[in-house]
Amino acid sequence: MQRLRQLATILGTPAQLIASRVVAAILGGYIFASIVALLLARILPVPAADALMVALLMSFLLYALAVLWVFAARTASLAWLGLALPALLFGVTAWAIGR
Amino acid sequence: MTDGLRQSMSSLHTWGGLLVGWILYFIFLTGTLGYFDTEIDRWMRPELPLRSSAISAEETVERGLIRLNDVAPAAERWRVELAHRGNDTGAHISWRTGRARDGAPGVFGYEPLEEAGTAARRTGGGQLLYQMHYRLHYLDENDAAWIVGFCAMSMLVTILSGVICHKRIFRDFFTFRPRKGARSWLDAHNVLGVLALPFHIMITYSGLVFFMFMYMPYVLDEVYRLDETSQLRFFDNAYPSEPEYPRRSGAQAPLAPIEPILLASAAHGGQLVAVAIHNPGDATARIVVTRAPNTVRSAPQRLTYDGVTGEPIEAPGAAPAAQSAYDALIGLHEGLFAGPFLRWLYFVSGLMGSGMIATGLVLWTVKRGSRQTSGSCVHAVGRLNAVTIIGLPIGIAAYFWANRLLPVDFEHRATWEAHTLFGSWAFTLIHAVMRPVKRAWIELPAVASALFFLLPLINALTTDRHLGVTLPHDGLPGDWALAGFDLTALAVGLIFGATAWYLRVRQGHALSETESASLPVMRPRVKVLR
Repeated sequence: MQRLRQLATILGTPAQLIASRVVAAILGGYIFASIVALLLARILPVPAADALMVALLMSFLLYALAVLWVFAARTASLAWLGLALPALLFGVTAWAIGR
Repeated sequence: MTDGLRQSMSSLHTWGGLLVGWILYFIFLTGTLGYFDTEIDRWMRPELPLRSSAISAEETVERGLIRLNDVAPAAERWRVELAHRGNDTGAHISWRTGRARDGAPGVFGYEPLEEAGTAARRTGGGQLLYQMHYRLHYLDENDAAWIVGFCAMSMLVTILSGVICHKRIFRDFFTFRPRKGARSWLDAHNVLGVLALPFHIMITYSGLVFFMFMYMPYVLDEVYRLDETSQLRFFDNAYPSEPEYPRRSGAQAPLAPIEPILLASAAHGGQLVAVAIHNPGDATARIVVTRAPNTVRSAPQRLTYDGVTGEPIEAPGAAPAAQSAYDALIGLHEGLFAGPFLRWLYFVSGLMGSGMIATGLVLWTVKRGSRQTSGSCVHAVGRLNAVTIIGLPIGIAAYFWANRLLPVDFEHRATWEAHTLFGSWAFTLIHAVMRPVKRAWIELPAVASALFFLLPLINALTTDRHLGVTLPHDGLPGDWALAGFDLTALAVGLIFGATAWYLRVRQGHALSETESASLPVMRPRVKVLR
């Protein structure tokens, strides 16, 4: 019990953790969706204008799935991690292709 | 599926839905009315002639062209626009002299085609009502679009999490247990949600797509970062502008007769909405016939004909696939292609969406109200629910009353119609705060019932476009746009009346029995997110 309390003070109070998830969902989800859409716009094997259109059409689904993930994840830290790592990976890939 | 996942999805559904529910209800209800915007426009302009005495579209075009030949024989372009969905000014002619391209400013002319003396009263009409669902009326257009976008995105997440946390989605589809308190509200919420689920998802997603270039600016910026001209090229591809027409040759040539051209264009389907003529009277004349979309692709069809020979001129090829998908989503959202039956289906689906949001909001308070610890927060939500769910229809009814009761020559009447809507809505807020919540839930539906039920009467007292004239009588065909409005108002009045009566009877029951016997207490499911 003592240990659990210690852990809680390190990670934050329940209210802070929920606030953290809300920020992850709204802001993190938006950035995640933008990055994946950018990658799609660059790699889809169709003319550029079409690829952009498809990517933008998909972006809201990506955003929604990211939000669902944030609230489905077991802990708030895991929620952040699960967004940040793929976003970083896709972002770097998109940047490398776009250079 | 684990219980943990279901519970976190349930929390997301509950709180995400509550946060934006009130604005979403406004968006859904005013948007749903938009499927009958033209009919509402017509009703709000009772000076326009009855449909049964109106002349045909083809005849109107011919009349318009004769008039244009009189007022602007040397114009660069003529245009006859018919009364149709999305045209809120009624049938009119317009013309342009001088070429904007040559640097000359060009002179524009405009004249309504209705006979003198039938100029309609100033009104926001159905157009303003429908625009409220993405402009939120008093707000800046950009701010409104972002707020609506945030709400639509929350709606999408709420729908998806609702589906995930649902245990028996198909069984609940056939389940309704009336008079069981929270259970009944949950059943109603489920039936309304599941029955029209494809519509709810489609309308929410396509609503987001409407503003996607605005909502996702970084992708566009990044893809075309290096090359601004290709960014322009993208928009040129996506939204082709009007093609260039040949310059006036100076050689005179009579215009081809319009009737066979209109007949030929009818083969492409859709309703005739406008006819434009470029370089009338010249050898290079072009006749462009615009027909409303008859497929889900939203763009109207523009059919070009040689103005002298009347021969069709090749239309541009089909749009690329991604463009078509985009057009299809926009077209699905607007429903402009829909015939009367499908339009009613859109309308009913939209009402079911509004009902789903309303029952969801009520469910939040019913679940918490049945607990011992229900506090002032639950009561505040309960009041806001009554104000939103019943107060908005009251405001809309007041909007229609204002259209009939404000002086016809009052200069700012269109503005004040809208002020009446929001003013009376604000009044329901004062009412709900002053009265006990349970009384408000009976009194507000009663007010809404009276306002809608008396609307046809007010209409009959202030205009000569009442049901006695608009329904078929003495062998004359009816004007169903006008009659349908009055009949719908009567039906809505009855529904609100029945609601008020039902809630009164039920609350009488609830008082005579013990609270716990009539409302089975839902076991609160609480999960603290770590």
